[in-house]
Amino acid sequence: MKFTLLKALGTSAAISLMATSSGWAAECIAPANPGGGWDFTCRQVGKILYDLKLVDAPVQVTNMAGAGGGLAYSTVVNDRSEDANLIVAASSATTTRLAQNAFGGATADQVRFVGAIGADPGVIVVAKDSPFQTLGDMVEAIKADPGSVAFAGGSAVGGFDHMKPLQVLKAAGFNDITKIKYISVDGGADAITQTVGGFTQAMTGDMSEIVGFIKSGEVRALAVLTEERVPGFDDIPTAREQGFDVVAVNWRGLYVPKGISDEAFNGWADKLKAVAESDEWKASMEANGLAPFTLVGAEFQTWIDDVVAETVTLSKEIGVIQ
Amino acid sequence: MDILSNLALGFSIALSPFTLMLAVVGAFVGTIIGALPGLGPSNGVAILIPLAFTMGLDATSSLVLLTSVYYGAMYGGRISSILLNIPGDEPALMTTLDGYPMAKQGRAGDALVISGVASFVGAFFATIGLMILAPMLARVAYFFGPAEYFALYLLAFCTLGGMASQNQAKAALAACLGLGIAMIGLDNNTGMPRFTYGNLHLMDGVDFLVAIVGLFAIAEVFFFIESHGRDSAVGVKLGKITIPVKDIIGSTGAMLRSTVIGFFAGVLPGAGASLGSFMAYMAQKAIDPDKASYGKGNPRGVAAPEAGNNAAAGGALVPMLTLGVPGSGTTAVLLALLMTLNITPGPTLFTDRPDVVWGLIASLLIANVVLLVMNVPMVKIFVKVLMVPAWILMPGVTMVSFVGIYSLTGSYFDLVLMIAFGALGYVLRKLDVPTVPVILGILLGNQMENALRRAMTLSDGDWTYLFSTPIAIGLWVAAIAGFVAPMFLRGVMKKPAIADADDLAD
Repeated sequence: MKFTLLKALGTSAAISLMATSSGWAAECIAPANPGGGWDFTCRQVGKILYDLKLVDAPVQVTNMAGAGGGLAYSTVVNDRSEDANLIVAASSATTTRLAQNAFGGATADQVRFVGAIGADPGVIVVAKDSPFQTLGDMVEAIKADPGSVAFAGGSAVGGFDHMKPLQVLKAAGFNDITKIKYISVDGGADAITQTVGGFTQAMTGDMSEIVGFIKSGEVRALAVLTEERVPGFDDIPTAREQGFDVVAVNWRGLYVPKGISDEAFNGWADKLKAVAESDEWKASMEANGLAPFTLVGAEFQTWIDDVVAETVTLSKEIGVIQ
Repeated sequence: MDILSNLALGFSIALSPFTLMLAVVGAFVGTIIGALPGLGPSNGVAILIPLAFTMGLDATSSLVLLTSVYYGAMYGGRISSILLNIPGDEPALMTTLDGYPMAKQGRAGDALVISGVASFVGAFFATIGLMILAPMLARVAYFFGPAEYFALYLLAFCTLGGMASQNQAKAALAACLGLGIAMIGLDNNTGMPRFTYGNLHLMDGVDFLVAIVGLFAIAEVFFFIESHGRDSAVGVKLGKITIPVKDIIGSTGAMLRSTVIGFFAGVLPGAGASLGSFMAYMAQKAIDPDKASYGKGNPRGVAAPEAGNNAAAGGALVPMLTLGVPGSGTTAVLLALLMTLNITPGPTLFTDRPDVVWGLIASLLIANVVLLVMNVPMVKIFVKVLMVPAWILMPGVTMVSFVGIYSLTGSYFDLVLMIAFGALGYVLRKLDVPTVPVILGILLGNQMENALRRAMTLSDGDWTYLFSTPIAIGLWVAAIAGFVAPMFLRGVMKKPAIADADDLAD
């Protein structure tokens, strides 16, 4: 009962907000507390939108933490599904959780994914004294004895970091993926510590998590999971050029409510593209360890659908979902 | 040198007027909390955490404020030990042995000054020890895998649990209770809800700050309600404060030895300040030729435990900052603060957040000097505070707890939960079950479970993996010894008659 009351309060607050706002006075919901990646997306995109005069008034950022983004998702789906002035920060975590039914029954087709404007490339890393010199060496070792290589990563079991090595092995034709060992630790730095300490043989994570350790020489990156090599890290080969067709990046982007018109959707797509191409955003990406990754509009929605479908398949195979 | 340049960075942060003010306020409030019987450092820090958030302090400022309170409480505990023969907190227990006899002989002022100086020596050198030892320990982390972490958490439970109670079974029960509460919420390995009974508020688990404030602060209020009218009055006269130079010089050796003993007792995960002051006192008594005068007002018997417990307070910060395993009840509360501030204690803390670590260390050094000034020339102010009636104090504690927790979570459900924890804390203390292991369980339960599950993943479910390395075996042995040893130590440890010292909440 209390929950319904809260919801009602939320709705009436939203209605009064809509009543007072006009034109392109947009709102961006960051489904987490201030300080994280989603908050960063909202604040940066919001600022650049206003700087580029794409909106009339400064974008209002609302932090709506809860259930790993699930609270914001259900608010958008249930209460704000026709609000054309609303954008919501999202990332790979959003689609992974949707694919794994972690948002209390909500599905990915209940909103429209409008665009990604940057990405943290996925990487697979080993300690500097590891016997593996290439991704191929590691894949061969796993094929010979799946228990011999354990991965450490910062996301939960079945999370994005877990999926990366599974995708690589699938691409190599190895289908017995439940045999692959993965332990979930508290973040990328911990995962590297476990790998350098020899408790796990490899670390799976994002580029931004490993930059300091690559520079200090404690670890070597076997592969980056992008289409092309990442500027600034040109000596790290992609998985693709080593013969494993896997692209896994932790994208940063936005979704919008399902019920808005196609014009409004395309309007947001164009605005995001303009943000992605601005110098301000490029500088911001560089300062925060993001690589360029721009995909907007219908093209992005198609890509998301593929990612979700693949995550569902993999999650079922490793038993995270039924 | 590396340490010096880091320290310079620390002082550049700590010497800002605002941070300095927080250190002074923290030291003052801490001394009062320490001096009041019943309110110990962990209660004090627990009550003030929500307040720090309400004030919108950043990470460094909150840490400075609360560690100043922590150090201050270690100083303050001695005041009621000496004047009332009631330890202001458990670590000050040993100070009653010689402190109160001194006061009865009309030397209360001397005892306060000697113990104040001893506290300063202990805390000062322990902070320097922290500076040197912590970065070294941080490198040890590469040797800690899931099996070692599991054993380390177990060691924290065993030593803190073992020390915290008169009865090992009750300590174990309390730890299990805490671990059980930690299991509430989403399982972070499978995402399945556990023990939530469909209640959305329980999906994210029980917030440890709610549990801490409930178990410590609210339970304390219930105790005061029960014992109203039994307010203690200062029975001994406190004359003019002079500096007993001869006694201080005579106790220099005792202070320095006790500092070393106390510091290492503090570094042991879970052991904490009570063990530090106990061991320091026993060691001092053992080597002193004049054994007969102990317990009758020997100044060295006041200096040793005070240096020991303050040194242990500094030592207990080492495992908390470097490994994320608290060395005492209060550092467990401070760990909760770090986690809420999104700072992950551990080996990478020293490289990732040098501003936090070195700002903290520098402000500890500053707080220490402030505390020396407050606790020697200005000690009379705190003696007056001891006379504040409970009917003023306790409503204040209640209000701060409620406002603090509500401002933190904004949830009515958490207030109810906090009261429930208060009732639980009251019942547990009535039954002589220690509450510190409960907190430790809630705080470390999930991490301990994760370490175990990681170990099982890596070893394909082979339990012997938990004992597979020398470090892990060493930790297991230490854990068992830490749990069993207090049973034998208890026979040696002579407990003075005191009114209420059932919570080892150092």
